[in-house]
Amino acid sequence: MKDILRLVVALTLITVGAGFVLSMVESVTREPIAEQRRLEMMRALEAVLPGMEIDPEADSVELVTGTDRKGRDVIRTFYRGRRQQELAGIAFSVVAPDGYSGNIAIMVGIDPEGSVAGIEILSHAETPGLGDKITHEAFKGQFKQKSLDNAEWRVKKDGGEFDQITGATISPRAVVKAVKSGLEFFREHRQEIVE
Amino acid sequence: MNLAREFSKGIWRENAVFRLLLGLCPTLAVTTSAENGLGMGLATTFVLICSNIVVSLLRKLIPAKVRIPAFIVIIASFVTVVQLGMEAYVYDLYKSLGIFIPLIVVNCLILGRAEAFASRNNPLLSVVDGIGMGSGFTLALFILGAVREILGSGTLLGFSLFGPGYQPFLLMILPPGAFITLGFLLAGMNRIDAIRSVTRS
Repeated sequence: MKDILRLVVALTLITVGAGFVLSMVESVTREPIAEQRRLEMMRALEAVLPGMEIDPEADSVELVTGTDRKGRDVIRTFYRGRRQQELAGIAFSVVAPDGYSGNIAIMVGIDPEGSVAGIEILSHAETPGLGDKITHEAFKGQFKQKSLDNAEWRVKKDGGEFDQITGATISPRAVVKAVKSGLEFFREHRQEIVE
Repeated sequence: MNLAREFSKGIWRENAVFRLLLGLCPTLAVTTSAENGLGMGLATTFVLICSNIVVSLLRKLIPAKVRIPAFIVIIASFVTVVQLGMEAYVYDLYKSLGIFIPLIVVNCLILGRAEAFASRNNPLLSVVDGIGMGSGFTLALFILGAVREILGSGTLLGFSLFGPGYQPFLLMILPPGAFITLGFLLAGMNRIDAIRSVTRS
C-alpha cells in the first residue's frame, strides 16, 4: 500500500511539473504563433489578389456553404480586395477532398466578374516530386483569366484544358474540380458577396 | 578520457541510425532533403539533451516501477516545447516536418538513452551522452537527406547543382529511396570497419 502511494505521488509530481512548464511555454509562444498564421494567410491573399488592399478582419463576408456530417454549418469566408476603395477582387479558400493523399486546401482569387486572378496551394500532402508540382507556377498559372464561361474545367486527359502533371493526374484533377466548385458557389451567391 | 569516449561513441561506434538502427521511422520519412534531415536531427537532439538532463537529475526520485511513464511524460513535454517553439519562430521548417515533430515522442532513441544511460549516470555524463548521440543522429539524417536530395532533386540545401537539364532521379525522394540509401550507407560503414580491423590485426 505504502509503495503504491509512493508511485502515485512521484508520477503526480512529475506530471504537475510538466504541466506547469508547458503552460509557461504556451503563454510565451501564443502570440508569435498567431502572428505566423496571420502572416501566412496574408501571404496567400496577396498572392491571389496582387496589388490590392486586403483587410481580412474588417472587409470580408462569411457564408454558409452547406452542413457537415454532424449537421453543423460549414462556413466559407470571402475576403475582399480593393483598389482605391473600389472592389477589385475576392478571395476564398476551397478544399479538394480527393487529392492523392489527403485534403488539398487552395486559396482562390477572382475578379468581381468571376474570372480567376490566381490560385495558391495552402496545404497538401501530395507525393514529393510528382503531385506536389501543383504548387509550381507552371501549374497554378494556367488558372489565370479562366472563368466558368471561357474554359472547360477538366484536365486535358478528361477532355478539358488544364495540363495534368506527368505521372500525377489525380492531384491536378482534384484541384481543378475544387476551384470550379468554388467558382460555381460564387456565381450563385455573387450578390451577397459583392455587396 | 571518459567524457570524450561518451561523446564519440554516439558518432560512430554506437551511432543511433547506422549502428543501433534506432529511430528509423522519422529517419526514413523526413530525409527527403538535407534541410529537413538537419532540422529533424537538431529538434531530436534538443529533446534528447533536455530529457537526459532531467531524467538524470530525477533518477533517484523516480521509482523503478513507474520509470517508463515518468520518462515518457518528460520526453513528451520537451517535444511539445520544441513543437511550439518551432511553430512560433521557424514556421517554414515546422510546416515541412509536419506530423513528424510530435512523433519525436516515440523515437526509441530518446527513450532508449533515458533508460539505458541517463537513469544510471550523473547529469554531466548524461549531457555529453545526449550531445554525442544527438550529433550522430543529426549527422546521419543530414547525410541521408543530402544524398537523397542530390540524386532526387538535383539540389543541395536548395541550391541547384547540375543546372536545369538534370532529370531528377525521383525514386530517391520517394520512400524506397530512403531504404536504398540507408542500405548503401550501412554497407559502406561495415566495409570501413572491416578494413580497419584487418589493418589492426
